Amino acid sequence: MAEEHNMRRVTAIKNGTVIDHIPSGQALKVLELLNLTSDTSVPVSLVMNVPSKKMGSKDIIKVEDRELTQAELDRLALVAPESSIAIIRAYSVAEKLTVNLGEEVRNVVRCTFSNCITQNLREPLPHRLRVTKTDPLTLRCHYCVRPQNLDELIHNLL
Amino acid sequence: MKGLITMDDLTNEDIHSILADAQRLLPVARGETYLPLLEGKILGNLFFEPSTRTRMSFETAMKRLGGDVINLGDVKTSSVVKGETLFDTIQMVDGYTDIIAMRHPRQGAARYAQDAARVPILNGGDGAGHHPTQTMLDLFTIQQSHGTLEGLTVILAGDLRYGRTVHSLSHALVRFGCRLIFASPELLRMPPEIVEDLREHGADVTETDDLLGNINHADVVYMTRIQKERFADEDEYAKVAGAYKLHARDLDNAKSEMVIMHPLPRVDEIHPSVDKTRHARYFEQAFNGVVARMALLCRLLGIEVPAEIGGGDA
Repeated sequence: MAEEHNMRRVTAIKNGTVIDHIPSGQALKVLELLNLTSDTSVPVSLVMNVPSKKMGSKDIIKVEDRELTQAELDRLALVAPESSIAIIRAYSVAEKLTVNLGEEVRNVVRCTFSNCITQNLREPLPHRLRVTKTDPLTLRCHYCVRPQNLDELIHNLL
Repeated sequence: MKGLITMDDLTNEDIHSILADAQRLLPVARGETYLPLLEGKILGNLFFEPSTRTRMSFETAMKRLGGDVINLGDVKTSSVVKGETLFDTIQMVDGYTDIIAMRHPRQGAARYAQDAARVPILNGGDGAGHHPTQTMLDLFTIQQSHGTLEGLTVILAGDLRYGRTVHSLSHALVRFGCRLIFASPELLRMPPEIVEDLREHGADVTETDDLLGNINHADVVYMTRIQKERFADEDEYAKVAGAYKLHARDLDNAKSEMVIMHPLPRVDEIHPSVDKTRHARYFEQAFNGVVARMALLCRLLGIEVPAEIGGGDA
């Protein structure tokens, strides 16, 4: 009941993407990761801190008229790895997707270490962070091998 | 193995076999035998920050084996100062050479260069990161002194925070079951992520600020230089650095076979009185840079070192 009520806090969308089970308070970071903050003209709705059986509380985002790709969704691994995604077509769930963390996060964020070679933004090789542990999520820069602070990392989105 | 960026690029078997090659190459390194194994090969020396021993020993190693060397020269007059990216510099040198030795002030630069290059890269130091060719010559010196790398007690002393030589060396020693004692002032402790890594690999690591009190346990004391500029004021530096200086009289209770090493240059952390003791190994260690780098150049260029090399006692 509570879950259904949450979904109705904003209107059901006809076509687009619903991202559910975002850890409470992370929705704004998710929007940032998906570049949905300023460069978008499609309607985006979000609810934050709503009750969830599975998570206690959670955030939800609905993006209208845009089907997010798997590659875009994989960027969420940094802040919302457990989120569940539904692609909506004509008010029905057409596809269900999950976030794939994989072994490497490539060209999503850049290393936080101030003396890493990748701090020179003119260097053309990809920014690569290796996933060394999943629980808790631990990332190391492929080049300088420094462990990354996830809170700082979110400010280094590409 | 394409290049040598960190010690993780070498297995323990690789390390043993490269050290064995180095041992056989000693008469060539001393100039007693000429063995042009690398004739026709060109080494590119890319030193983006100052280096004396590493650059010169790479050059000597290449020339003793009949190879040739080209140098980047002074960074201030090279294309780097015009804003060329490392990627572009590597593309150019990659076309001129068969192998590259590189030192760069930024951490991760060597791995980056290896990803950009066709030829093997030998990391001669990247920021406070790694210095694996130094580690190979350190391991060679330790093995030469103790006949083994296994199960030794090694004190690493001084600046463990910024000293890349001790970062690479501690990773390697742990793989041979060595017990590590990190003796440093609080400000210059080994970075916590490295200590954590070492412990995850089962290392027996002790952190202390007491160097002299631990000397009698050690098989190897590896000294490093504490740099004045790391401290807020000179008084604090003087107070701290004093506790990390070795004098011959500090070695009275040391094990007889204990050796003192230092990547050099030293300033005053090892008093000249130590030079004449049986424990001093730092000058042999500096010479071993040539032979260890000869063995690495051969390995990365796919040139086999002959099982027997005449013309001198190895």
